[in-house]
Order: sequence, then C-alpha cells, then structure tokens
Amino acid sequence: MSPLDSPLAACLALLAGWAVVGAAGLLRPANVVFVGRVLFPLGALIGAVLAVVAGMGFDAPVERITLMIGLPDLPMHVRLDPLSRVFLVLLGSASAGVSLFASGYFRKGEGTAPGVMGLQYHLFLASMGFVLLADDAYAFMVAWETMALSSYFLVTSQHGIPEIRSAGFLYLLMAHVGAIAILLSFGILQGGTWHFTFDAMRAAELSPAWASAAFLLALFGFGAKAGIVPLHVWLPEAHPAAPSPVSALMSGVMLKTAIYGVLRVTFDLLGDPEWWWGLVPLTLGLATALFGVVFAAVQTDMKRLLAYSSVENVGVLFTGIGLAIVFHGAGMDVLASLALVAVLYHALNHAFMKSLLFLGTGAVLHATGERNLGRLGGLIHRMPWAGWLTLVGVLAIAGLPPLNGFVSEWLLLQSLLFSHEVPHPFVNMLLPLGAAMVALAAALAGYVMVKFFGVIFLGQPREATLRHAHDVDGLEKAGLVWLAVGCVLLGLLPTQVIGALSHATTQLVGAAPDTASNPWWLLAPLPDRAASYSPTILLAVIIAVVGATFLVVRFVYRRPVRRAPAWDCGFARLDPRMQDTAEGFGQPIRHIFNGFFAMERELPLPLDAAPRYRVVVGDRIWRALYLPLGGLVQRAADSLAWMQQGRISAYLTYSFITLVVLLAVML
Amino acid sequence: VSATAWLTQFLEVIAALALAPLFLGWVNACRARLQSRHAPSLLLPYHGIRKLFHKDAVIATNASPLFRLAPYVVFGAMVAAAAVIPSMGTGLPFRTAADAIVLVGMLAIARVFMSLAAMDIGTAFGTLGARREMMVGFLAEPALLMIIFVASLISATTALPLISERLAAQALALYPSLAFTAVAFTMVLLAENARIPVDNPATHLELTMIHEAMLLEYSARHLALMEWAAALKLFNYACIGFALFVPWGVSIGDAGVVALAVSIPALVLKLAVAGLWLALIETVSAKLRVFRAPEFMATAFMFAVLGLLVHLLLGA
Repeated sequence: MSPLDSPLAACLALLAGWAVVGAAGLLRPANVVFVGRVLFPLGALIGAVLAVVAGMGFDAPVERITLMIGLPDLPMHVRLDPLSRVFLVLLGSASAGVSLFASGYFRKGEGTAPGVMGLQYHLFLASMGFVLLADDAYAFMVAWETMALSSYFLVTSQHGIPEIRSAGFLYLLMAHVGAIAILLSFGILQGGTWHFTFDAMRAAELSPAWASAAFLLALFGFGAKAGIVPLHVWLPEAHPAAPSPVSALMSGVMLKTAIYGVLRVTFDLLGDPEWWWGLVPLTLGLATALFGVVFAAVQTDMKRLLAYSSVENVGVLFTGIGLAIVFHGAGMDVLASLALVAVLYHALNHAFMKSLLFLGTGAVLHATGERNLGRLGGLIHRMPWAGWLTLVGVLAIAGLPPLNGFVSEWLLLQSLLFSHEVPHPFVNMLLPLGAAMVALAAALAGYVMVKFFGVIFLGQPREATLRHAHDVDGLEKAGLVWLAVGCVLLGLLPTQVIGALSHATTQLVGAAPDTASNPWWLLAPLPDRAASYSPTILLAVIIAVVGATFLVVRFVYRRPVRRAPAWDCGFARLDPRMQDTAEGFGQPIRHIFNGFFAMERELPLPLDAAPRYRVVVGDRIWRALYLPLGGLVQRAADSLAWMQQGRISAYLTYSFITLVVLLAVML
Repeated sequence: VSATAWLTQFLEVIAALALAPLFLGWVNACRARLQSRHAPSLLLPYHGIRKLFHKDAVIATNASPLFRLAPYVVFGAMVAAAAVIPSMGTGLPFRTAADAIVLVGMLAIARVFMSLAAMDIGTAFGTLGARREMMVGFLAEPALLMIIFVASLISATTALPLISERLAAQALALYPSLAFTAVAFTMVLLAENARIPVDNPATHLELTMIHEAMLLEYSARHLALMEWAAALKLFNYACIGFALFVPWGVSIGDAGVVALAVSIPALVLKLAVAGLWLALIETVSAKLRVFRAPEFMATAFMFAVLGLLVHLLLGA
C-alpha cells in the first residue's frame, strides 16, 4: 500500500521522517547553521504535513497495520482512529511552531552539541507520534519510554549545572514510577488472555474490581506524566531546566499524551467505565487546578510560573475527563460528549497557548539571560514582536473572549452546569460546586497572567542591561506567529473545531454535541438549552465600537498628544525599584492562600543598615510526602547494604539460594 | 429578528452610553445628601468627560502602545457588555452571540487591560493598583459567575436576556437561593465598581486606593474614556442586578414598541432606587483596610456558592 492512499502509512512515514531528520544531525553535530537552518525547518514542515494528513478525514474509517518490526512473535500494531487523529493534529501543528522557533534558538556552546540535540528533539517528536498510533501494549510502552528518555536528555542538555542534573533525575524517576503503573494497568487489561494487543484488551471481560484497579493504575501512571497533584513535583523542576523549545514541547504536547492515555484506557480499552470512577479524576483535577494556579501566582522564576500554570491546566483537563466519565456512566452521553469536547479542545488550546508562552520566555531568556522576574521589565519596548505575540498567548490563557482559552472554559462550565442532573444523590449537589472551583481557578489564571506579562514586558527595565535586549529574528518570529495565529483561529472558529473533535467523542462515548444545525459562526452545542456564543460577532462588535470611538475621538476633538516624564508625586526621580516586584504581586495570594504554602520569611528590622527581605515559598507536599518517602527508601537501601559484599563468591551464593528457593516453590 | 428587536438593541446601547454618567452623578448626589453635604450637579460627570475630551493628552515618555490602546479596549468591552444586558428589552439580537459567561469574560477583558495599562509606566502606584484590582477581580469574577449560575439553573439557560425573561414570567415566586445571591451580588457590585467598603471613589488617599491608582498616568481623552467606562461598568452591574432580581418592566421578547416605551421610565425608576440604595450602603459603611478586602470578596463568593447549594438542596 502506498502512503498516498493510506493516511496511517503516511503518518508512519512522517514519523520516520522525523527520526531521519534527527539522525542527519549526527552528520555535522557541531554545525549550528546546518542543524538550525536546514534540519529544524524540515522538522517543522514534517509537523505541519502530519497535522494536515491526520486532520484530513476525521470521518475516515479506522485503519490498522501490523508492522514487521518488534520482537519475534510480538510484532508492533498501529492504528489510526479519530482519537489518535485529534492528538496527531495537536502534535503536528503545535510542534511545527515550536520547531520553527527552535531553528533560530539553539546555538553553539550551550551544553549538548546542536546536532545531538536535534537527534534527541526529533526522536522525542517521533516517539510522541508513535505513542498516539500504538495499538498494543508493547509498542505503546516502547514509544512511551523512548519519549521519556529522549525528553530526559533534552531536559539535561545543560548537564554541567547541578540543579539541572537533579531536576532531570527527579523527572526520570517520576516518569518511571508512572510507567510501572501503566505497565501494571496493561497487565490487568489483558484479562487473562495474555494477548497484549489493544484489540484483545477491548474484548477482554474484566470483573468490576479488576477494571477499577486497571483504571486507577492508569490514572496514577498517566497522572504522573501529566503532573496531577500530588505527582506534580517534577514539573516545576524539569520545565525551567529544559531549553525553552523543549519546555514548550513538554508542556504543550507531551502532557497531552498522558491525557490521550487516560482517554484511550478509560473509554476505549475499558469500554464501559463505572460512573464513580469519574469522581477520582474530577476531585484530583479540581484540587490540581487550584493548587497549580495558586503556586503559579507566587513564583518569581518565569518558567516555573508557566510550569505551575501547566499544572493548573492539567487539573482543568482532568476535571473535564472526570465529568465525562460521570456523565457517560450515568448514560447521559450527549453531556459526556460535551465534557469530552471541552477536554480535547482545551488540550489543543493549551498546546498552542503554553508553547507560545514558553517560547516567549525563551526569547526573553536569549535576549537578557534572565529567568528571574525580579530582573526583567519594560521589554515590550526593546522586543515588540516577542512582547505583542506573547500578549496574545497571555490573553488566551487568561480565558478572555474571543481567544481560544475562553472557548474550552465556556464548554467546561456549560457541562458543569448540567452536572446536577446526574441521577446520584449528594453527588448531583456537589458536582455543580466544581463550577465554582473552575471559575476561581480561571480567574486566578488571569491574575497570574497579568503578573507574568506585566512584570516581564511592562514597566521600567529593572536592570540596566535590559536596554540592550534584542528582539526575535526571522525564524523565531515565524514560530511565534504560527502559534499566535493558532490561538486566534482556535478562538474564532469553535464550530469547525468541535465538528472535527466530535468524531473522537462519537468514537469514545457514542454521541457528539450538535454543531451541524448551526451557522458557521455560531457555537450552540445544546439545542434544547439556549446557550450560545459567537466569537466572530463578538470580535466584530468590539472592533466596531473601538474603531468608532477611535475615529470620533480622533476627528472630532483633534487634540495633540504630548510626551512628558511620568508623575513622580513631587518627590525624587522615579526609580525602577519603586515598581512592584514579582514577590509583591504574589503577596495577596500568599496572604489569602496562606495554608497552601510552606513559607520561610526573613523580614528586615526598621533599624537595619542593610535591610534584607527574603521569602521562600515551598511546597508542603514535597515536605510532607516526598522527603519522608525518600528517607524511607534510603533507610531500606541502607538496611540491605550488608548484602553488597563486593565478592563474587557472595553473589554466586545469592544466585544459588535463589535457584534453590525457586525450585522448591515450583516443585 | 424583527425591527423592534434591532431598535431595542440600538436604544439599549445608546441609553447605556447616555445614562451611565447620569447614574453616577445620581449616586454621588444621593450620597452627598445623605451625608448632609451640598449635592453636586447631576450633570457633573458629563462636564468632567467633556472637559477631558477637550484637553491635550500628556503621556509618559516610556508609555508603550498598549497604554494608549487600553482605554479604547476597556471602553469597547463595556459597550459590548451593555449590549447583552437586558436593561430595556429581552429580545436582543446580540444575545445569541454572547451569553452570561461571555458577559463575565467581557468584564474580565476590561479588567485585564486596565491592569496591564496600569503596569505599563512602571510607577509604584500603578503597579500597586493593578495588583489590588486583580486581587479584587479574582474573587469577584467567580462570585459573579456563581450568581449567574444560580439564576441559569433556575431558568435553564445561560443567556442573560432569557434568564431575565423566564424569571419575570414566574410572577412573584420566591427563590431562597436568589436571596443569598442577591446579597452576594450587592457585595460584588460594590467591590467591582471600586465603591466603599472596598475602595473609595471620592479620594486619592494614596495607600488605600485601587481604581484611581491605576488611572493616575492617564489624562485628557484617555482618562475621559476610562472614566466613562467606569460609569458604564457601574451602570452595567446595576442592570445585571435588575435582570436577575427585579426583571419586571422590561419589554419581553418581541412585545412591540409600546412595551419598549414603557421600559424606559421603568429603567429610570429602577436606576433611581438603585442609586439611592447604593448611596445608603456607602454612607452607613466604613472603608475596609485593603488587607480585609479579600475577606469581603471571599464572603461574597461564599454567599454565591451557598445560593447554589440552597438551590440544589431545595430545588428553588
């Protein structure tokens, strides 16, 4: 079969293309121009083509191929269905923007050689694609682990720095704890048939207890990758450590493979989820959303701030998944499809918004060498392109209409509004309160984003060196524009996007929100409920009002504009240090959500000659859960240390005893 | 969509633009009377806006284009918001384009742009004001959303004109949940419009101001737009309150020109009472310390959530 008439073969060919592009980097690993100007744009092109191939024909029949690679008697199966298509489009389109940006980003002398970096980067992309196509546990786990390992090497590309090494270690550890849980989940899902293809798992009959166990294990495993509380600890360490395009891919795309995994296992492999399963991701998701956004608000490192914001968005996604499970389990499939559409839409949105923001921080980092918000400011003057394009991402992720973040928030709130119709007492009263949590998290996200943008790009430069910051150049600019345009289009054309996503919801829950009966500009997914939204009209009205106001003010009053220094209250000259800092902007949040934080504060006394203010905001979960756990592992290892003799005879004795015990057991 | 509907839509936006400064003037006049002061002219806000439009604008040397764009966006968002609030009639053509969640989103656009503009110059007061405005906003916004959700659960829609229409149709049915949300709404209205007890619109007392701190760098036409937008915001909030809690007197659906004509005096009457009520609250309460403001908004949020719970428990 030629790749032209088989989209699945075309997708595989494109993934192989990524691998080849990556391998080509080894030809001239130190050559920045070759890697940057040739290979990365090629990778971006492959991504765009992948998005088109996967995005054309959501309604095409499910296609499967058995590959001739793998272990003997254990070939790899791949399959292309609407759910994979949605996530392949996400992967291809978001990574195209990131790769474009990356072509101008990686430079010589920053850790790993560019060519090697290119190999890791493209293997990372290809493995994510293969995760989405895999149709048996073996292929899935191989792709999943390749994804974890390649991203580990990308995170630790500046391995000379000890913090980055330990961040990488934490990431690898969490990735593997998660992978073990996923593996165990697949072990249950095969249901005694010992066939590990997904088809066998779909056919397997599981008792409710085993099915629940498989679901919870999958939730744990994929939750660790997505960064759900309390498994989020690696995210704020690994994201700042990685180079910005890698952070963008990890946050924007890799986290979504975990969402894909949860959806695949719950709705496809398990088939009929019990309704109460949904309460687990729902509760965890709400807690994660609030936790993430509150922590994001007090961060002073711009990439940590974005990492915590990703934790928040993962929480929102899990909330939607939980809601969909509850609805589906209660037989309310149209509402389940609405919640699922909100999840898929938000995943797509977040891929664009968060990649855009991470790339924006990358541009700032390159121009200034600073990640600390306390040393930035006023960059919109020196970096107008980076500034204004980042503003698009900021407004989108703050959930403002008519951009894309608002659409998925709207869909999620709409589906939460129906949650009181669930036929389970108590639960139907508690679920709508989730809307309050989602609304609070969304409003806090606005707070976080005003802080993020205001402190970096607005105000006066807090350091003299910032006056020499340079704006992004051609390819970097193209990458940012690509993602910003994506944010705008996803915001303005919800009906078309939902029309495409509805094929995936039909596959998963057997229903879809109604989009066909509406005109192209109107989003009204529930015909019996007068709830509608039209971003195009809204934008047109706002533009019309703003334009008319501008013209009236301009031509009726015709007053000139004069520039003068800012008012200094009649005291001394205005100083950049008089501006609010990132710590200051986080103060109300530290005050209001005091219980969330483990805070250490050093306050100066009024008489101090050299006053010093220091505040460290720590994570209680890290101290309460991970440090004791780490200590326990350490003590267990210490108590077993006597076994490590360093003599070959001792180890042979161990093997002998093991064999004897095994024989005794088997016989 | 009939011609009456378009007429309603047009009249509503014009009424909002025209009456908003008058409403502000009325609140100020009532407050002065209640505090035994000589009341300023009702038309003072108009004079203020007109005066500002006729001045030369002065802009800080390090202002970015965002600073000049923000007043237009804030004003535009407020006008667009006015277009979906059924202050005179519920048969608005714009209502399909924007439901109540979008309305909250439009108010958020104004808040975010105002805060960003306040941070643009990099003065101490501007950033302080921006921080406080966002602090008020992140609690007030979900509270407002919850208030709207209670009403939309009762009326099975999220389109504000339809909510209003369905609530009005139920004559004088009493909803305990709406009582809670009415308290929450009053608190949100006070907080979001920079009124006492959260902020004091009458002073520039530096350490406590929120809204005025964000506008310090604005002058002339930009300030005029910001002031007008603030008046529109108060007007919009008042009309959201009418739509949810006193939905009577508006022209329902396609009721024709007569109903529309009746709705104008009804609106003016409601505004007059609301202004008096607002002035009374402001007169009898004292300004809170900024530290205490989050508690005030958190209480509003809790009241709104309580309203939701009451609705779900009692089904009313």
